[in-house]
Amino acid sequence: MSDIRRIHEMLVSGEITCTELTQRFLHAIKDDNAALNAYITVTPDTALAQARAVDEKLSRGEEIGMLEGVPMTLKDNISTKGIETTCASKILTGYRPIYDATVYRLLQEQGVVMLGKTNMDEFAMGSSCETSYYGGSKNPHSTDHVSGGSSGGVAAAVGGNLAVYGLGSDTGGSIRQPASFCGIVGLKPTYGAVSRYGLIAYASSFDQIGPITRSVEDAAIVFDAIAKYDNMDSTSQGSTEPTCPRLDDSIARRRIGIANQYLDGVSDDVRDAVLAAAQVYRELGAEIVYFDLPELDFSLPVYYILAMAEASSNLGRYDGIRYGYKAEHYNGTHDMICRTRSEGFGKEVRRRILMGTYVLSAGYYDAYYKKAVNLRGRIVSAFENAFASVDVILAPTAPNTAFRCGYLFSQETDQIEQYLSDICTVPVNTAGLPGVSIPCGVDREGLPIGMQLIGRRFDEKTILNFAYQYEKNTDNFVGTKWGVAL
Amino acid sequence: MGGGAVKYELVAGFETHVELSTKTKIFCSCTTAFGGEPNTHCCPVCIGLPGTMPKLNERVVEYAIMAGLATDCEIAEIAKMDRKNYCYPDLPKAYQISQYDRPLCEHGHITLSNGRQIRILRIHIEEDAGKLIHNHGDTYVDYNRGGVPLIEIVTEPDFRSIDEAKEYVERLQQIMRYIGVSDCRMQEGSMRCDVNISVRPVGSDTLGTRTEIKNMNSITNIAKAMEYEYERQVELIESGGTVVQETLRYDDADGTTSPMRSKEDAHDYRYFREPDLVTISVPRSRVEEIRATLPELPEQKKRRYIDDYGIPEKDAAMLTKYRAIAEFFDSASDGLQNPKAVSNFIIGQMFRRLETEADKEAFDLSTTPAHLRELCALLEAGKIRNNLAKTVLEKMLDSGKPVTAFVSEEDMAGLSDDTLAEYCRSAIAAMPNAVADYKGGKEKALMALLGNVMKQSRGRADAAAVTVKLKELIG
Repeated sequence: MSDIRRIHEMLVSGEITCTELTQRFLHAIKDDNAALNAYITVTPDTALAQARAVDEKLSRGEEIGMLEGVPMTLKDNISTKGIETTCASKILTGYRPIYDATVYRLLQEQGVVMLGKTNMDEFAMGSSCETSYYGGSKNPHSTDHVSGGSSGGVAAAVGGNLAVYGLGSDTGGSIRQPASFCGIVGLKPTYGAVSRYGLIAYASSFDQIGPITRSVEDAAIVFDAIAKYDNMDSTSQGSTEPTCPRLDDSIARRRIGIANQYLDGVSDDVRDAVLAAAQVYRELGAEIVYFDLPELDFSLPVYYILAMAEASSNLGRYDGIRYGYKAEHYNGTHDMICRTRSEGFGKEVRRRILMGTYVLSAGYYDAYYKKAVNLRGRIVSAFENAFASVDVILAPTAPNTAFRCGYLFSQETDQIEQYLSDICTVPVNTAGLPGVSIPCGVDREGLPIGMQLIGRRFDEKTILNFAYQYEKNTDNFVGTKWGVAL
Repeated sequence: MGGGAVKYELVAGFETHVELSTKTKIFCSCTTAFGGEPNTHCCPVCIGLPGTMPKLNERVVEYAIMAGLATDCEIAEIAKMDRKNYCYPDLPKAYQISQYDRPLCEHGHITLSNGRQIRILRIHIEEDAGKLIHNHGDTYVDYNRGGVPLIEIVTEPDFRSIDEAKEYVERLQQIMRYIGVSDCRMQEGSMRCDVNISVRPVGSDTLGTRTEIKNMNSITNIAKAMEYEYERQVELIESGGTVVQETLRYDDADGTTSPMRSKEDAHDYRYFREPDLVTISVPRSRVEEIRATLPELPEQKKRRYIDDYGIPEKDAAMLTKYRAIAEFFDSASDGLQNPKAVSNFIIGQMFRRLETEADKEAFDLSTTPAHLRELCALLEAGKIRNNLAKTVLEKMLDSGKPVTAFVSEEDMAGLSDDTLAEYCRSAIAAMPNAVADYKGGKEKALMALLGNVMKQSRGRADAAAVTVKLKELIG
């Protein structure tokens, strides 16, 4: 079931060399990326050099680690030294970082093979990957549908077998929702479990890097590899305990909470799938508890106010002076900065910068930002109270399955609807909790449905344990026709 | 000051930026060294590359707490960092990481020599910006200074005269240098002052509209700018106008203030908590640890010199102006009965060799405190006389050699009665006129004879004993 374990065994047994494996992925990307638009940048030289190092090690008879030589991808907001890192924005055209993000450094230390950088909503602002300057990624289950967002490229690549796993980032659902849309697994770790150093910030108090994989065990393996304290990120704490050894723990007599508010407004297919999953858990001996979490009603405005406020500040640095896109025609420094930003940022990013600036400005700060900060505290407490009586919370990952391409930006869809699609995922980020999305069936169109398991802070081992038990006892994984068939 | 019937009172407050002398920057490990080729003291963090995160230098917190303790501030148990957002090319993240509503230090004060207390509202930590360099119509930016740690010291509007303002700035420099947190070099920009000024009729207790003069880099300029601005505001009011609240710059060349462009004035900084840094917590035990490392402060030292050693206030002020001098004095007078003599040597003879303020600050003379102590110990023991000591000190300062190089065992052994008598007889023989004058009733003539004896004894003779002997011999 674990692709990482399987590839590890293939490499160790000599069934395939790492170079051959890497080449198969590179060829598949060449063949299928046009259809899926998963990758912005493919890095064959880097990947093959990394693969050769693994092969040399193997030929010397040395042992290799579990992730060593396993081809993967990084969302294009994770800094890679010397490799273009665009955030899918015109404004970062040509930007090559001079340093590696901590997660990439950690993976390099473990012998990573990095195939390339994947597509995303511009600066991770969006739910469909369609705000990308490079156009949206397509859903490997149906290219008429989006792969979700913002980590849509990673989800399309992993769901479409163009990488074994990938790292995405999740600010308001950007790992879980695309994982759900593409029928795979996405783990948003506890805020502080994984270093953010090198992750190009959208909303710093929400952002978190995590794995997107095709199985729960893979997510656990990758999480254990990257959940390390990093002294370059003051907010990082690392993880308390490895999750892999706990995957097969019994969940009998443990308690799963379902907050009624999470089931409001979700499609029938999604609701049915989640309730069916609850039944599976009941059969595995877990107890299901329904409860109210009224604070969820304001988690969406709280999230958008705070995230946009932080974004307006985080994105102030793109002024054309030091790196990235710079307006061609301008008159003086001030005009240069204005034109660079107007031309370099897409519409959604500009909208969020403007709204974020507004909620922080004198006269509106108390009405918006300050109120949202206070309410955030209430959401945190509400979850804490809930976890006093349940071990995990089960919820849909998204109110619906993948949108048709262009749907969110068509005339009949208003802005609010786009933001509403994040309603199931944002509370986890607002409270800094871990959440994992796993596939739990398909809708009447055959599109994957995802459910999420939410846990206590730094209790990834419990949500992954619950996720693993579900996965092991059901058969909801649906493959796709793309990429490398292992 | 002030025309017409109404007399106007000056009301001013200070905001002072002091660059901390930590080895590394506030949020990364780049050097804080002044100068350097442009953009060579930089890293991904201090040029704000996408994805980088600040890491608070604990030394900066420690230095700021030292500054707070030295100015009698309360030290916050919990503080935090905030973002001050504004767009300017010298600020690579488009926000400055500073402290808004939870500064590290609050409610301190500095007492001036006239007894008035200047209240310190707050001291907070923040990062410095880079520098724009304009050259032949092009603008370049140098980020070497970006991320250099600063403290901003904000006073209440407690100043009532320019002299108070000057003394405050000097005292602040003195204190910060003593505790070693900054060199406070205004010329190099490691100390910069903004002054808020308003005027009001004497006796009024409401504040007038204030203007703010930004970024002054010398005490002279501060005084001149305040003088000009006071006069300007008084004249404006006298002629029926009103003072507009605005930010001004002082033009050194023509000695006037002028408004900065209103754009720079109309900032909405949109402060909010810096999400990339965690809360700063300062346990009380840590504050006490830091307090224990503070050196004796200049005011305490001065008081001790006056009260315990009987040194005149003026001299005590000179000794304590720079930490190096005070420490030299403390070391040289250690264990001696009469530190005042040490003070006299330092002020009377050693100061002459230090031409500039920088020389005094460094106090780098070839004579060590131990050398001076040896000299003063001989004086105290009566082994050498004051005149000889002065001469010897000059030779010591010239050569860097200890006192033993210039004063022999014989010199220190003092004079036997026989030798003294012999010198006196020799003087009487050599100066018959003086003897005659003395005998004729001119007491002063004895001084000439005394001088002669002193010369023969190379200063070793005791003047009182010589006088007695001369009188005895002349009869």
